[in-house]
Amino acid sequence: MKAQILSAPHSLPGPEDITRIRLGNGITLLTRANDSSPSVVISGYLPCGALFDPQEKLGLADFTALALMRGTSQRSFQQIFDALESNAASLAIGGGTHTAGFSGRALAEDLPLLLDLLAEILFQPVFPDDEVERLRAQLLTGLSIRAQDTADMASLSFDQIIFDGHPYALPEDGWPETIRAICRADLVDFHARHYGPSGMVLAITGAIEPQKVAALVEKQFGDWKNPQQPEPPALPGLHPLQETTRRKVSIAGKAQSDIALGCSGPTRNSPDFMPASLGNSALGQFGMGGRIGDVVRERSGLAYYASSSLSAGIGPGAWVVNAGVNPGNVDKTIDLVVREIRQFLEKGISAEELADSQSNYVGRLPLMLESNGGVVNALLNIERYQLGLDYYQRYPALVQEVNCEMVLEMARKYLHPDKLAIAVAGP
Amino acid sequence: MRKKIQEFNLHNGLKVLLKEIHTAPLISSWTWYRVGSKDEATGNTGISHWVEHMQFKGTPQFPANILDKAIARDGGHWNAFTFLDWTAYMETMPADKIDLALRLEADRMANSLFDEKEVASERTVIISEREGNENEPLFVLGESVQQAAFRVHPYHHEVIGDLADLKTMSREDLYQHYRRYYVPNNAVLGIAGDFETKVMLKRIQELFEHLPAGDVPPRLERPEPEANGEQRITVEGHGETTYVQVSYHAPAASDPDFITLTVIDSLLAGPSNLNMFGGGGTSNKTSRLYCAMIDKELAVSIGASQVTTHDPFLYNILLTVHPDRTAGEVLDALDVELHRIREERVSGAEIARAVKQARALFAYGSESITNQAFWLGHAEMFATYQWFLSYLERLAKVTPAQVQDAAQRLLRPQCRVVGIYRPAGGDQ
Repeated sequence: MKAQILSAPHSLPGPEDITRIRLGNGITLLTRANDSSPSVVISGYLPCGALFDPQEKLGLADFTALALMRGTSQRSFQQIFDALESNAASLAIGGGTHTAGFSGRALAEDLPLLLDLLAEILFQPVFPDDEVERLRAQLLTGLSIRAQDTADMASLSFDQIIFDGHPYALPEDGWPETIRAICRADLVDFHARHYGPSGMVLAITGAIEPQKVAALVEKQFGDWKNPQQPEPPALPGLHPLQETTRRKVSIAGKAQSDIALGCSGPTRNSPDFMPASLGNSALGQFGMGGRIGDVVRERSGLAYYASSSLSAGIGPGAWVVNAGVNPGNVDKTIDLVVREIRQFLEKGISAEELADSQSNYVGRLPLMLESNGGVVNALLNIERYQLGLDYYQRYPALVQEVNCEMVLEMARKYLHPDKLAIAVAGP
Repeated sequence: MRKKIQEFNLHNGLKVLLKEIHTAPLISSWTWYRVGSKDEATGNTGISHWVEHMQFKGTPQFPANILDKAIARDGGHWNAFTFLDWTAYMETMPADKIDLALRLEADRMANSLFDEKEVASERTVIISEREGNENEPLFVLGESVQQAAFRVHPYHHEVIGDLADLKTMSREDLYQHYRRYYVPNNAVLGIAGDFETKVMLKRIQELFEHLPAGDVPPRLERPEPEANGEQRITVEGHGETTYVQVSYHAPAASDPDFITLTVIDSLLAGPSNLNMFGGGGTSNKTSRLYCAMIDKELAVSIGASQVTTHDPFLYNILLTVHPDRTAGEVLDALDVELHRIREERVSGAEIARAVKQARALFAYGSESITNQAFWLGHAEMFATYQWFLSYLERLAKVTPAQVQDAAQRLLRPQCRVVGIYRPAGGDQ
């Protein structure tokens, strides 16, 4: 059908409509207006993640981030959430490896409320004893549930193999014994030392006027200072695997085993990323899980889910195949996947496969950027990985300039079928 | 969400609902069939879901593995869902590519192959899907509670079906199910996005109107008799975590009590987000049950779900028990709160807060064209689209007296199943 396209010209985010402001204290603000939405979404991060955790108190950064909303010098836990929930707004903060990330949503008129609460929890948390203990019980229950989750445990075990000796091998939500070892004073101290404006990024989109938002953010956050805020620790190098390493996590009573199999991958801002990402699309994403989905699910009927992913961030990433299979089919599935990887490395991908994935990457942009949440994620990607304000406008060209040789080169650089990390969790 | 909706009925009985939205160059198309696990007799449980899987396995025009690539190549997103009452197929595409989705849906409404080899391969895929579900304590508990709650009504089995039937159903069973229910007069097509209604309707007529109507079998009607009293079940499993699921027999979505229960749900456990896409809700930390259970350190999480169904289904309250507490302590505290909502009249201000929350969740949902398209047909599966249009208005009219009356009738212990997932060797 020759559908008549009636929309106003729909531009990809770029320097014309993204406002980027650096406050005097080091906070970066990115905004983009979306007049067709009645709501507003905020999201961002501060550089105080699990990299700062002492080994014996692993999970401290996450615990601290989660505890910020448990009470401030102005409001109790119930008062904070009453202000939010009475207006159907939401605000949450949690810890990651590099950063503590926050996100919130409200009707547009409630943006001042969101920013007010965000400033309050960041500047004046009081970590009430009883709330800290409630939170600890919740975290410990979460870890008990994690220990019974085959996908989570396969993924955790995979990271331990591939990132051995590197902080990425450690779970940012810690272990039961490290969560028990953390006391209230640790939270107070972690907050006092690490929370500050330097390196904080805040992205806001929705029914907003960027200038008004900038004034509001300046008013709320412009005076924040923390002279003792440390620089983020440097990442150590990664020791590549010298041989295939396989580990099994036994979880009794499960009907299905989860497999995580793969190698380390490029960083997000490496020039290797785009060709590796398109290669991954052909290997285990495109359509119903690319070649991996085809061989494991479609042709062999072994799994409901089988795919590969390339997770790339500030440090080394992971290129990993995941599948959930009957425990009796684990070895058969691993053999099939390794064979598929070998074939991928031998012959690369066809011009048609590459064109398919390129077309998908460019074609899906309108859907990715339809919502305020999608735009905010794009703004944060731009800032976190220093991609440039015009990244999404250059994106189609970046995708199209990749050729089959580049994909093959990256596959051979990162995927090593004789040096795989293989983690299996199941009965 | 109240832009003009246009309704059309094709000669073959296909109902078409169209809504122009011009905020992004996208179109989302949803094809709904009035068939789900409610239409499955013993021996055929899971057949609707399996048929949904087979709908991705090709037609002569679009062979298997061509469809998914064609959609992905155009940057689209597609999926399908089988539920108690319905089966739905969706595609959200760049606006100038929607024709592919329309041609595909018209084609697989009548021409799917159900190749014997594909049936065999998909049998093990679905068994694997079920095994993945069985890994989750909450699936195991939920399935047991549902079976206990419905002795007669076909809502008694999970959508994925029982393993015994998944092992024995034949290609012929699947194909017959498909031919019986996949006819235009049993379907609703809902499309929202960046198109001109006149152009879109013409194309739909070209693609769908030649498909013949069929004799759709009457839906399986086996009303559940009123429960004689509370049922309690215990499921044992591995792990360290105890879960409690308390499920009350709840009104169908079209029942006036449904909207009153929506208010009750919001007060007890925070507002349920009925949007399937592009939602984003609010937390529930000021809800009555959170205050009574989490703040009092009896549980570490609380949630509840109200489900829009054609027939009376369940209102589920789910609690994760605090590691130092027992299921019994949690149930006692829950009963205090349920007694309170039955006996003490809620304030108008509490209802007004619930209405404001629902209004905001609707506004958040309107950001997504996929979500707006979803509602066009979804509401038709248990009521009519008018149900969705009048939802906020009806919610705003709920009174404190109605809340109390509904709580007294619906939230009686006699109307519930209590399920406990207990770690083997755990608390008694």
